Amino acid sequence: MAGLIRNAQLSEDSWRLLDAGAFLRVGESGLIPDFPPGADVLVPLRLWQCRRDELLQREGRVGVLVDGADEPQALADALPHAALIAIRIPVFTDGRAYSLARLLRSRFGYAGELRAVGDVLRDQLLYLQRCGFDAFALRADQDARRALAAFTELGAAVRRPYAWARAA
Amino acid sequence: MYVYDAIDQRLVEERVSQFRDQTRRYLAGELTDDEFRPLRLQNGLYVERHAPMLRVAIPYGLLASRQLRQLAHIARAYDRGYGHFSTRQNIQFNWPRLEDAPEILGELAGVQMHAIQTSGSCIRNVTTDHFAGVAPDEIVDSFLWCELVRQWSACNPEFAYLPRKFKIAVNGAAADRAATYVHDIGLQALRGLDGAAGFRVIVGGGMGRTPVIGEAIREFLPWRHLLTYLEAILRVYNRHGRRDNKYKARIKILLKAIGPAAFRDRVEAEWACLRDGPGTLNEDDVQRIDARFARPQYEALQDLRLPAAGAFGAWQRRNVHPHKQPGYAAVTLSLKKTGVPPGDVTAEQMDALADLAERYSFGELRVSHEQNLIFADVRQADLHALWLRLRALGFATPNIGLLTNIIACPGGDYCSLANAKSIPVAEAIQRRFDALDDLHDIGELDLNISGCINSCGHHHVGHIGILGVDKQGAEWYQVTIGGNQGLTRPGAPAALGEVIGPAFARDDVPDVIERLIEIYLAARESEHERFVDTVWRVGIEPFKEGVYGRAHQERATERRQLAAA
Repeated sequence: MAGLIRNAQLSEDSWRLLDAGAFLRVGESGLIPDFPPGADVLVPLRLWQCRRDELLQREGRVGVLVDGADEPQALADALPHAALIAIRIPVFTDGRAYSLARLLRSRFGYAGELRAVGDVLRDQLLYLQRCGFDAFALRADQDARRALAAFTELGAAVRRPYAWARAA
Repeated sequence: MYVYDAIDQRLVEERVSQFRDQTRRYLAGELTDDEFRPLRLQNGLYVERHAPMLRVAIPYGLLASRQLRQLAHIARAYDRGYGHFSTRQNIQFNWPRLEDAPEILGELAGVQMHAIQTSGSCIRNVTTDHFAGVAPDEIVDSFLWCELVRQWSACNPEFAYLPRKFKIAVNGAAADRAATYVHDIGLQALRGLDGAAGFRVIVGGGMGRTPVIGEAIREFLPWRHLLTYLEAILRVYNRHGRRDNKYKARIKILLKAIGPAAFRDRVEAEWACLRDGPGTLNEDDVQRIDARFARPQYEALQDLRLPAAGAFGAWQRRNVHPHKQPGYAAVTLSLKKTGVPPGDVTAEQMDALADLAERYSFGELRVSHEQNLIFADVRQADLHALWLRLRALGFATPNIGLLTNIIACPGGDYCSLANAKSIPVAEAIQRRFDALDDLHDIGELDLNISGCINSCGHHHVGHIGILGVDKQGAEWYQVTIGGNQGLTRPGAPAALGEVIGPAFARDDVPDVIERLIEIYLAARESEHERFVDTVWRVGIEPFKEGVYGRAHQERATERRQLAAA
């Protein structure tokens, strides 16, 4: 994985993606021998739904990977347990992740790490952040250090002196 | 005129810095074409046939004289000395260099202007009635609500990557002069039982390749819920609108796919969570924004009776409009003089108009979606002097509401999307109908020309609409009749035109229009029955038959029968 930005700073990534194929290869034992039991694992939503109990019995933290198109209700039961929700952005012009992030933060009260993954580019970071993302796994070709400048742009947009403008 | 506060000013300046850096990185090869595209589009830059085209926002069509002078300066310094007023109350420059774009945006920021979200898959510049604030049939002053929508939508982080472009229109008067039924969202102002303002919310109208009349999904939305309700609609669209096919990505397609009732249910369910929440408007905030509008200080005057004869009388009848303030009038400056592309204005004309606006209309003017300019606050006592000056400048053609007041997009002469040219067609029709006396006999008629199915010339809602189509590489023109842009008079709601038959070659278009007019003149019941009223009364068959001939019709019927057999 290329650069990771957390809370507008460069960061190391402790999370390991566990996809369905890897899991099924273990023979459906419910254990995850590929990773140390203490590792933080990020699992696709479908896998969370099928293997919820086994995942919760592990020592390590669990994160859930969803698509921008997923319904927030579908991951409602994961939110109290997840230390990470990663929303996959298939192409940077797909704006569904922005609305999903808003909903998870404002309506579902999710307060853990909310990470954008996939086609995540420097020039979308600002609006993603304003919709509630606090972590960004940049696309491999992006320069994470230089991308940090994005967060200082358009400060005035969030400083309107009206009550309605503080809603976001 | 809305006067920026410090935050408004900082935002446009920060936006310029942001785009300057994005342009620099693009030119340095750090951004690909695909990555740069939405960034430049949301700053008004298209890549067009000859050069980039820059579309500058004129929020709700309202413009101060010093801003117009700045547009003149930009036209001279960065373009070829002219600009084009569009059907969305914006101005477009057809010849800027990409390298200069950040500089131009900086010049705009200097006069409280911008090009934010004038293009791209986002919430576009909000449009309204060009007689807002002065119309005798006013329900609310729509400028205030437009400004709120502008502040809410500009740089709104959630809705910058919608499935497709999104256009909002607000109409504040009894007559719909903002075409609210052919916008993604149309807001029609109303007064509730207690006299408080609210809006009928119309969703899913639009033109383009799938023209649709919008559906009213809420009959009365109290004003304090305006922004939360917009948020609910936009969120439902952003989450559920199609993204796999750009021709099926507008909100009207979502409405059609799930049905207006199901769509309304989704919006209402979303709104139930937002209603009365922090996005709700309060009186203080609305008043603070209202107070930032510098409004004309009218003198106490009486209405005058002006001479109705001659050319001045004709101009008054067509181009002068009633005003809610006694002794004042609103004036339309026709940008539809024959031989001039509709909507085009030179830098010199802009300067002269800025002077006139200062002298005769409190230093303000408006752009109408019919591509004309409006002086909204002229003393009736000044009308004659103003008319003389406008006549000298070529802006006094008395054709407002008439056939030669043609609405046309830039078409194939400039636009890379166009299938066909529109400007030469407009000119040929204007030349044919130039005898103004004839026009007055013909009465009110909206004629709209689009160079392609994107419908920038709004041909679907023209009483006569002309659409450029491509047939094996040649330019052809399809004609529709019976469209109507909105409730400009009681009992005449928005309507989409019907195609009368196979397309015509360019040279034949003036003949076809003349034939349609002849059929109308023979069929109308009185001089008060407009062309479109006649079409609605008798249907399109007599027009088809008159244009294509009975033999043609019979052949067409035969072909249909054969095909059905």
